[in-house]
Amino acid sequence: MPSSSARVNASFSDREVAALRGDFPILTRTVRDDRRLVYLDSGATSHKPTAVLDAERTFYEQHNAAVHRGAHQLAEEATDDFENARATIAAFIGAPAGEVVFTKNATEALNLVAYAFSNASPNEQPKDARFVLGPGDEILVTEMEHHANLVPWQELSRRTGAPLRWLPVLAEGALDLSDLDTLLTDRTKVFAFTHVSNVLGTINPVAALAERAHAVGALVVVDACQSVPHLAVDVATLGADFIAFSGHKLYGPMGIGVLWGRAELLEVMPAFLTGGSMIEMVTMERSTYAPAPQKFEAGVPNAAQAVGLAAAVTWVEAVGIDRIAAHESALVDALMNGLAARPWVHVVGPPPGTPRGGAVAFVVDGVHAHDVGQVLDDAGVAVRVGHHCAWPLHRALGVTATTRASVAAYNTFGEVEALLRALDRVPGIFGIDLDEADPDAGLGVGPDARAGSVALRGEATREAS
Amino acid sequence: MDLYQELILEHSKRPLRSGLREPFDAEVHHINPTCGDEVTLRVELSGEGADAVVRDVSYRAQGCSISVASTSVLAEEVTGRPVTEALATFESMRAMLTSRGTEPGDAEVIGDGVAFAGVSKYPARVKCALLGWTAFTDALARAGVDISAISTATNPTVATSGSTATQGVSS
Ligand SMILES: Cc1ncc(COP(=O)(O)O)c(C=O)c1O
Repeated sequence: MPSSSARVNASFSDREVAALRGDFPILTRTVRDDRRLVYLDSGATSHKPTAVLDAERTFYEQHNAAVHRGAHQLAEEATDDFENARATIAAFIGAPAGEVVFTKNATEALNLVAYAFSNASPNEQPKDARFVLGPGDEILVTEMEHHANLVPWQELSRRTGAPLRWLPVLAEGALDLSDLDTLLTDRTKVFAFTHVSNVLGTINPVAALAERAHAVGALVVVDACQSVPHLAVDVATLGADFIAFSGHKLYGPMGIGVLWGRAELLEVMPAFLTGGSMIEMVTMERSTYAPAPQKFEAGVPNAAQAVGLAAAVTWVEAVGIDRIAAHESALVDALMNGLAARPWVHVVGPPPGTPRGGAVAFVVDGVHAHDVGQVLDDAGVAVRVGHHCAWPLHRALGVTATTRASVAAYNTFGEVEALLRALDRVPGIFGIDLDEADPDAGLGVGPDARAGSVALRGEATREAS
Repeated sequence: MDLYQELILEHSKRPLRSGLREPFDAEVHHINPTCGDEVTLRVELSGEGADAVVRDVSYRAQGCSISVASTSVLAEEVTGRPVTEALATFESMRAMLTSRGTEPGDAEVIGDGVAFAGVSKYPARVKCALLGWTAFTDALARAGVDISAISTATNPTVATSGSTATQGVSS
């Protein structure tokens, strides 16, 4: 593990990254005929250090019990482990422990909030007007959202009759704020947007957007899936009312996610899933509910996964989130420069030099992303291809699919090189004439692209003429 | 890479019989939800019932080389053939693609389709190769053909040792 004396804004030295990679057994395996694995898909899910696996195993071997149920010693120990995990994770994002709700992933966390709005029936007492939605109200999202932060709001709109509005995306990957005042108004009850785009890498100005939202009385829900693992997030200063993220992208286990919400809001929010462990008192007619966070954790919770995620957070803290951020941005710079030197590749999102997250998505002129990904896979380079659960964003960009490389703490500059070398095989395999590549051809973003099936760059649109 | 056979690259660059033509008896639009690839496909039939013949398959395909090439091979193989033979070709193609590399495919039945044998080793790409073919069987059904005899499962069979199961696992 890197020494704590290293500069916080420096990327890891070769020695440091080698030591850190030693914590991830999977990184030593080979794929596809003995090729060394080059894993550049951590934006989909990160690998997990041994400490995380050990923590889960120890929980099951030593303390396993249903938490918050039973008075025996194991139940006490398991409950302590679970609540300590909550405290560790809360401290990591600058929150009091009681403001962290465990879910199964970010998707469930976002649904929990969306359902709180529609479950807040106008007849129910006590009620909080901020969560009551009707046809006169509006929901605001953005065009760059992951489906996890879009579909639940579409459904909320359908259930409540409150129209869904969205901020469009500009050609260079930033949100188009020119119509913010007409889209974010006193009708807006909730504004949900991503902190860092999982496709564009764009870092949205959360504090500024939240301030505008709060000025009109809207609640702010931030999808922090691609920020919490990659840069320091402090909810005390972020500006959001809620954030959601997944443990499995933060070096933690699958099956654990986090919803953070301001205590005052969690207190008045209606429950989402109901049943055991979330009640205060139950009769045959009705029930009352435990205070948050228990109110939102129905059933035997994912305690082992929570313990695993706390171990992941402890690992990140020991390495240093600022150093991880610095290392990743140096890797992203190297990748952006390498791609910029290849005129037949077009990166989506902010231009080189703009601060961005750990994901870099691109198109290769004339070759579909699936085919690009297949050639990379053949060299042992794992990336993601497709629309990355952001289909409307891809439509806005005028592409069906992109190839996305995304980095984590354990990636090396050699791996970025390996990706670029493998990429260089693509034009030859698919017979693309490099002399015809147009370095200035942008990816047209505009109403035409959004309208549907137009001829798109970077893919095989074949039609008889 | 054995996946990208010359034949596949050739078909993907110059897809045969592409474009949407009139007249047609049914038109379908299929999407691969994992990547957003699309195909619009039309069939024109002549004759009825067991005597029906595929007169034309026309299409607009937008997707990766595997899906475009596979649709091109489909159009080439089934046009002018009796519907019953076309369905047998589909079955044969599907069985090969979902075999996880255990079935090489029969050139007598699927023609250039044998070039896609390598795809079956890449489960994530099987859906690409089948996009046009499932659209075709759907279009036949909409044109009134009874397709109940064929299997429409498109997921690769989970590799069980020594088995060449022809029934895919449904998603
Ligand atoms: C920006 C963003 N939001 C939401 C999600 C959903 O996360 P999960 O599938 O773990 O719920 C992801 C990851 O897939 C993501 O990248």
